Amino acid sequence: MLKLRIEKAPAPAWVRSVIPLFAILVTFIITLVFIVWVRVNPLHTYYYFLVAPFTSTVSMIELLVKATPLFLTGAAVAFAFRSGYYNIGAEGQLMAGAIMGAWLGVMLKGSTPWVALPVMIVGGFIGGVLWALIPALLRVKLKVDEVVTTLLMNSVIVYLVSYLLNGPWRDPISMWPQSPDIASSAMFFILLPRSRLHFGFILGMITIAVIWFVINRSGFGLKMRAAGSNATAARFAGVDIEKTILTTALVSGGIAGLAGVGEIAGVHFHLIQGFSSNLGYTGIVVATLGALNPLGVGIAALFMGLIETGSLTVSRALGVPVYLGQVVQATLMLVTLGMFILTGYRLKREG
Amino acid sequence: MPAAIEVNAMNVVKMKNITKRFGSLVANDNIDFDLRKGEIHALLGENGAGKTTLMRILYGLYRADEGEICVNDNLVNISSPKDAIREGIGMVTQHFTLVPPLSVAENIVLGATDGFLLNPKKIRRLVTEASEKYGIAIKPEALVRNLSVGERQRVEILKALYRKAKVLIMDEPTAVLVPQEVETLFNSLNQLVSQELSVVFISHKLNEVMAICGRITVLRGGKLTGTVEHKDTSEKELAKMMVGRETFGVTRQQDKEPGEPILTIANLSFTDEQGLERLKDVSLEVRCGEVLSVAGVSGNGQSELVKILTGLKKPTSGRVVLNGRDITGSPPAVITAAGMGRTPEDRHAGVIGDLSVAENLALENLDEYKKRGMLDRKLVREHAAKLIEEYQIKATPEDHVRTLSGGNMQKVVMARALSRKPCCVLAAQPTRGLDVGATEYVRSKLLEQSDRGAGVLVVSEDLNEVMELSDRIAVMYEGRIMGIIPALEASEEKLGLMMAGVLEKDETKIL
Amino acid sequence: MNLGIEGIMLLGALVGFATTYQTGSLWLGVLAACLVGILAGLLMALMTVFIGVNQHVSGLGVTLFCTGLAYYAFRVIFGTPANPPQIQPFAQVEVLSGVSILGTILRQYPLTYYAILLVPIVWWVLYRTSFGLKIRAVGENPEAADAAGINVYGVRTVALMISGGFMGIGGAFITLSALGFFTFDIIAGRGWVCIALVIFANWNPIRVLWGSFIFGGVSSLQLRLQLTGINFPYEAFLVLPYIVTIIALTIANRNAAYPAALLKPYKRE
Repeated sequence: MLKLRIEKAPAPAWVRSVIPLFAILVTFIITLVFIVWVRVNPLHTYYYFLVAPFTSTVSMIELLVKATPLFLTGAAVAFAFRSGYYNIGAEGQLMAGAIMGAWLGVMLKGSTPWVALPVMIVGGFIGGVLWALIPALLRVKLKVDEVVTTLLMNSVIVYLVSYLLNGPWRDPISMWPQSPDIASSAMFFILLPRSRLHFGFILGMITIAVIWFVINRSGFGLKMRAAGSNATAARFAGVDIEKTILTTALVSGGIAGLAGVGEIAGVHFHLIQGFSSNLGYTGIVVATLGALNPLGVGIAALFMGLIETGSLTVSRALGVPVYLGQVVQATLMLVTLGMFILTGYRLKREG
Repeated sequence: MPAAIEVNAMNVVKMKNITKRFGSLVANDNIDFDLRKGEIHALLGENGAGKTTLMRILYGLYRADEGEICVNDNLVNISSPKDAIREGIGMVTQHFTLVPPLSVAENIVLGATDGFLLNPKKIRRLVTEASEKYGIAIKPEALVRNLSVGERQRVEILKALYRKAKVLIMDEPTAVLVPQEVETLFNSLNQLVSQELSVVFISHKLNEVMAICGRITVLRGGKLTGTVEHKDTSEKELAKMMVGRETFGVTRQQDKEPGEPILTIANLSFTDEQGLERLKDVSLEVRCGEVLSVAGVSGNGQSELVKILTGLKKPTSGRVVLNGRDITGSPPAVITAAGMGRTPEDRHAGVIGDLSVAENLALENLDEYKKRGMLDRKLVREHAAKLIEEYQIKATPEDHVRTLSGGNMQKVVMARALSRKPCCVLAAQPTRGLDVGATEYVRSKLLEQSDRGAGVLVVSEDLNEVMELSDRIAVMYEGRIMGIIPALEASEEKLGLMMAGVLEKDETKIL
Repeated sequence: MNLGIEGIMLLGALVGFATTYQTGSLWLGVLAACLVGILAGLLMALMTVFIGVNQHVSGLGVTLFCTGLAYYAFRVIFGTPANPPQIQPFAQVEVLSGVSILGTILRQYPLTYYAILLVPIVWWVLYRTSFGLKIRAVGENPEAADAAGINVYGVRTVALMISGGFMGIGGAFITLSALGFFTFDIIAGRGWVCIALVIFANWNPIRVLWGSFIFGGVSSLQLRLQLTGINFPYEAFLVLPYIVTIIALTIANRNAAYPAALLKPYKRE
């Protein structure tokens, strides 16, 4: 009798490192269905998707603009996941950072950029930390599952933003539900003239570098990784799991908050409803694709930026709806996830 | 005692030449076993003797590499519990497979229902009928989560019988029971065999085996020692069959003067979440320069003792004093800082597979490797390289611990625990699952520690190891210390009886 | 736990709407929404049951996928019209129309009645059929269920597909009954509310019914308040379900009614 049995057998390291590349291939094969649906040439589509953005400076810069918040949300999610804290709340923490940014930005009228910039950054970070605090404390002190609480907190802050925009912060002149513009001194400066690329990009790169350093080169990072991969053994070796997870969760929230303040101070200059367009959730995709490794997160964020820019190009050139980009992103995430797990097993013949 | 069984000596189950290997370990080596109709047949042996493995093969949880199984004289192929159930074999394992929020009746019929509809009245009636038929009292509508361990066990038994089991395998059924429940269980089992059912009773407790079983099959180290009739044997003979070896372990010369007490455990008690008293008033004293071993069959409180001493659990009452410092209920970091070198029972719960050897070695004393807040990676690597050489670990500092063999992993654990020259060493199951070379090495390292003047506390189920290493041996049974005897006075037979709960220390004089 | 609900509902809303728009049949729309929900449930099962990916992450992935797909499909089918395409939604059914207050309360969409009817059916399936017993057993202790000869993977997959179907219909209710048109933020976190609701109701279908009445009541109350023009932050009401759930989670955590094997992929040794 022939039987197939699945058994655990970790794939060699080099296989794991090419998974994302292979996943990209599979993803494009799957999404072929949706492209064929609108009756356009798939090869043209992929050209506009992946190659065209590199043919003009404008779209390359736009790619970096799109990638900017994803560096930060991706880093935030990866950082938390590494210690075994499943922070699904980057979306909410990002909005908390944005609220702080919108508020401070107005308060800072008349200050010099030298003062305003650090205040904005610290403020955004604190905003994220505050929004991450309750779920983190509940998890550490009372063992309440953080996934559900962070997810619910995302919905809570949507209504907080709505309240602010329809109530105290409503633009007094236009009566639109948007907050007043922030002071020009509080805006993140532009990196390249006549472009939308702002200081947030540098902030994102610095953050990626810093969390790489913390995770791989610091004692705290070692504790984090220990807690994340084998909490029992980490506790045995004297790691204070609760303290480690709490710190990681709060820092993760802070990083997501930075993404929020970056969007306010670098792109929108005021708070509006729905400005985030799922940046926090996309951060989970980015972190997954980057295999929770900061450098991988950087690359994945750029790639997501490429898909977003590419979907705009495809849309302009071929009339394919831009939402194809979101479909591709989500498919890519699911495929990558599945592959990471599947390579841990192999089929064995039995019987 | 059911002595009349021989008249109707039909074999309901016959296992022939069963061999089962796990990697290089031979868990069952060419074992024959047969079960007659209407008997309670004990399967006796130490931990790791292969009792449970043999029965898991019969129940289809494992597949034998060699050998055959006959049920009612028909050759059968049992490759899953489903097959076993079809052949009328039921098993009650140590870990109950019940669904706590469901009712007793629902648990019993789970997977054995006919049709799509579930009529609560009908299943309650069926279950009540079964309960009355077999004389096993249960409350069909009670939720399993509200039941005591003994009641849950009855549900498990009835679950097997409801599936028309004619053969019931009980895996260490008394390990989780209080004495009164044991009595109820024995009454139930006796009633079942009077209804022509057959029971396999897996145990390592001699008194229980003698109290209830008709025939007794003894396994040792994966091999069959023999099958004896109850009337032809005694506890003493069984103990010898169970633990006796041809050669005695080398006992060390006790030529050292015992030093000052370094670790004092006073009146330690621990009650677990289920309300079971796992440790009862345990007191021990480890002196500088000696090796004190805690021997015992697993599940008699050693795990809990180790967890408390390593800082993973807090005792219900009692005190632990190390080198003059009260470390009762302290977290691991404090206990390490106080001078305890700790190795865990399960080495996988001590090292982190996804981290490198060097990182694992540094994890316990991270503060020593910090330079301006950052990790001094050079120092970490040098420290690791030094320990790797000293402990002959076959790995580089960068290797992930996951990729190491068991022996090398244990060496990493030992190296970390011993590198700071602790004044007291706790080694739990230090050589479990290791090959001969690694075992020798680990034992010599432990002896080196006591020669250095540290107090060494070894917790082990391996009698050979206990005899070879120790100056004194404490035996644990059901959460209590049965007695502490000098290694020179210890024999395997004596220890075996103490471990089986037959002999207290004072009685050992008689032997 | 299926965090794909938010996206599956949106996809159901769109598919139901589009089908009705093309065929003119409302019930075909419901059927199509149900089918697409079942497919999405199957996708979720593939990820979590068979491959064993973390349920949260794959649920979010499914949500992102379905959301993207719904938006994409909407644009492909309808382009970017100036006015959102409309359909004639289900008419409300008058029960006891003569009686003043009772009549007003009972004037509801047919799907609402079916949804309410569904609650006792789900309860009955869960507690009065052998399949329901299997579902509960698998959720609490897959090892025990496996030992009892139950196909854990199969039960989980079927459960996910059935629930996916319900989610699809739930989404379709919004387009086919309440609104008659489709917009992008149509679900607006209702999926998350459902998750909150189930936790809040301790996984008991009857309590879910009461919980949804309360949540629905709060939400219509704030609409009324807005209409009266009283200056009151209506968001405070909308946010209540989430906050109540977080508090309930915190309190209930001690004697949690979580199915014990929630979130745990099952792999046979």
